[in-house]
Amino acid sequence: MRTRPEDVLAAIREPKYSYRQKVQVLAGLAENLLDEPEIGPAAKAALDARIICDMYEGHAPYRARYILPDYALALRNGSAHLELPPAADLDEALAFLLIMYSATPSITGFPVYFGDLDTLLLPYVDDAIDDETLHRKLRLFWISLDRMFPDAFAHTNLSPTYNRVARTILQLERELLQVVPNISLKVHPTLTSDEYLLDAVQTVFANGKPHFINDELMQHDLGERYAAVSCYNSLKIGGGSHTLSRLNLKQSVLAHVGDVDSWFATTLPVHVSLMGELMTARIRVIVEQSHFFDASWLAQEGLVRLDRFSAMFGIFGLAEAVNLLMERQGRSGTYGHDEEADALSYRITSSIAHLVSELPLPYCEGNSGRAFLHSQSGIDLDLDVTAGTRIPIGSEPPLLQHLRTVGPHHRLFASGVSDILHFDDMAVGNPEAIVDVIRGAFASGMRDFTFNLNSNDFIRITGYMVRKSDLAKLPAARHSSTYLGAGSVENSHVTERAPKRVVSHESSPVAGH
Amino acid sequence: MSHRLSLVTDFLPFTWVDGPGNRLVLFFQGCNFDCKACHNPHTIPLESVQAKRWSIDDVLERVRASMPFIRGITASGGEATLQWEFLVALFGRIKADPEFSHLSTFIDSNGHAERAVWDALLPVTDGVMLDLKVLDDAQHRQLTGHGNARSRDSIRYLAAVGKLYETRLMLVPGLNDSDEQLRTTAAWLLAIDPLMRVKINHFHAHGTRSPASAWAEADAMRRERNRAVLLDAGVQYLC
Repeated sequence: MRTRPEDVLAAIREPKYSYRQKVQVLAGLAENLLDEPEIGPAAKAALDARIICDMYEGHAPYRARYILPDYALALRNGSAHLELPPAADLDEALAFLLIMYSATPSITGFPVYFGDLDTLLLPYVDDAIDDETLHRKLRLFWISLDRMFPDAFAHTNLSPTYNRVARTILQLERELLQVVPNISLKVHPTLTSDEYLLDAVQTVFANGKPHFINDELMQHDLGERYAAVSCYNSLKIGGGSHTLSRLNLKQSVLAHVGDVDSWFATTLPVHVSLMGELMTARIRVIVEQSHFFDASWLAQEGLVRLDRFSAMFGIFGLAEAVNLLMERQGRSGTYGHDEEADALSYRITSSIAHLVSELPLPYCEGNSGRAFLHSQSGIDLDLDVTAGTRIPIGSEPPLLQHLRTVGPHHRLFASGVSDILHFDDMAVGNPEAIVDVIRGAFASGMRDFTFNLNSNDFIRITGYMVRKSDLAKLPAARHSSTYLGAGSVENSHVTERAPKRVVSHESSPVAGH
Repeated sequence: MSHRLSLVTDFLPFTWVDGPGNRLVLFFQGCNFDCKACHNPHTIPLESVQAKRWSIDDVLERVRASMPFIRGITASGGEATLQWEFLVALFGRIKADPEFSHLSTFIDSNGHAERAVWDALLPVTDGVMLDLKVLDDAQHRQLTGHGNARSRDSIRYLAAVGKLYETRLMLVPGLNDSDEQLRTTAAWLLAIDPLMRVKINHFHAHGTRSPASAWAEADAMRRERNRAVLLDAGVQYLC
């Protein structure tokens, strides 16, 4: 949507935006005075019909959507641009990182990745630093993250091996109950101990974090140096994703005249190729016109490298697509509740994975010139359509069947799936049971997921956290993402999902994300 | 032995309240107590139209579907030990088969089983959750239709051989949850094992028959009081 003067005026007058939020929105409006990246009429028509969607990233992208700087390299070498020598001790490392975050661009205006903080800080934590000192220093750092970068998409990762820093971070999470940072724990079948997982599960009980990711599967697909950032997008460290576009499978099916096989044979491949056209146009603007990879200090200092970047091909509305296609065959089974429907869902995702693997994109050497497939977790504007490959809110089957339905999709989505499982308070009495579910899920090939507990103050909207008490405070919440959460709560009734639930989201034309 | 059948009322692929970790639980039909407070009274008769005859392979098929998310299987009921022959065969098969042998085997019981039954079960059973409805024998008789001598023997015996995972106290307000009753019960349990794991199950009227359906449930304050008394009496592992 092209910017109109009244949009600018509305942003300036909007009382619920902070100064910084206004600047962010106004920048988006300025960008949208320009024409969108040039695409052909068929792609334009599909974009206007929202069959394909550019996530409202803006008409002239001037930075990659998700950037994962190599913080370890920066700490080790220092930075000429930041005028910082290599960090020599823990204090210097913490200050270095805060400075670097403030100079790291992203789609949200805040960094989406803070680094794997336990791995980054462990070299600076020796025996001379006792537990109390470590706690005090990390506590101030943790508070700084939440207050300086108040956006729930800002994300850190914890390594698979339990260590002093990871333990202290989980402890601080339970103490401070902050929205920021979002956290993912890399779970390895042997490196990650039960003691560590129990500590993490107890933290989930307190504030819904961390998210759990399958370290072996991620390393297989992305290499050793990867991280989950923002709303559970797994990408390469020192790289990232230029853009995230998404295909609305429900709309794709609705746009098709004909039977199921002809959708697979004709309409689906066309829509996938139109996605490719849209993504190509956007990537070219970032790389060839905005000169991000020539001009950014991160690129100049080797902290991000173009050859570690790719783009993300998102899909959503799988549930509706399956159910509509079942109807067309005169079948009544639905996704998550019927073997035939589930089998159809696997046929859809594997077909898309195949098509995407044959879709060349420019400047995507980070994945051999192809996009990473992503199960896109929704945005707050989505109505009557289910996030990614999830089962619709409120109709989720019992946990075992839920896991068995969504699990087979996970291996296809190298850049993340993020199913969300909502548990009742019974889990609190038996955290070992949650550890069993985590281990079982990863052993059976799931990639990543999150638990929500209905008794704490935190709710995961599309993957990012919002405090229920903050939702009640609107207007005037401090975190940008809380506004997105409010939209999602209104539009998709996420607060109503029966214990054990699902939903997600990412960006909004309104808030300029 | 796989041709052996047992009467199963129901099962859950996952349970978080029937032993350590995430488990599959089987509810066997038939109970040797007739507890007033039973919230599944349809499981009490030895036969029921709702119950189905399951073979060991029927059970293992369900177990296979729950793997790898579970760390074990729990036999509950009804009263699982009434089907002890089936259980010996089932658990024996689980322990002997490499596909299943990593799973732990637990029994949820009212303890009204003879020593010989335990001796048959224990070689293939990792732990038992045992209910002590009330310590006083006469009251026990009132509540369940039977005395509790055998249940108390079972607690002592299972604790002595290291197979008692936890003792469960089903507390009904005004009936068996006075401070004095709880102190006496705690003292009796801790004399057997000072580190005994004790779990409180508060009475719920839902599903019970008359007259229990009209009994009061404990409010939050009373629950807190029950906990405090047991903790004060020296119970260290209170769930």
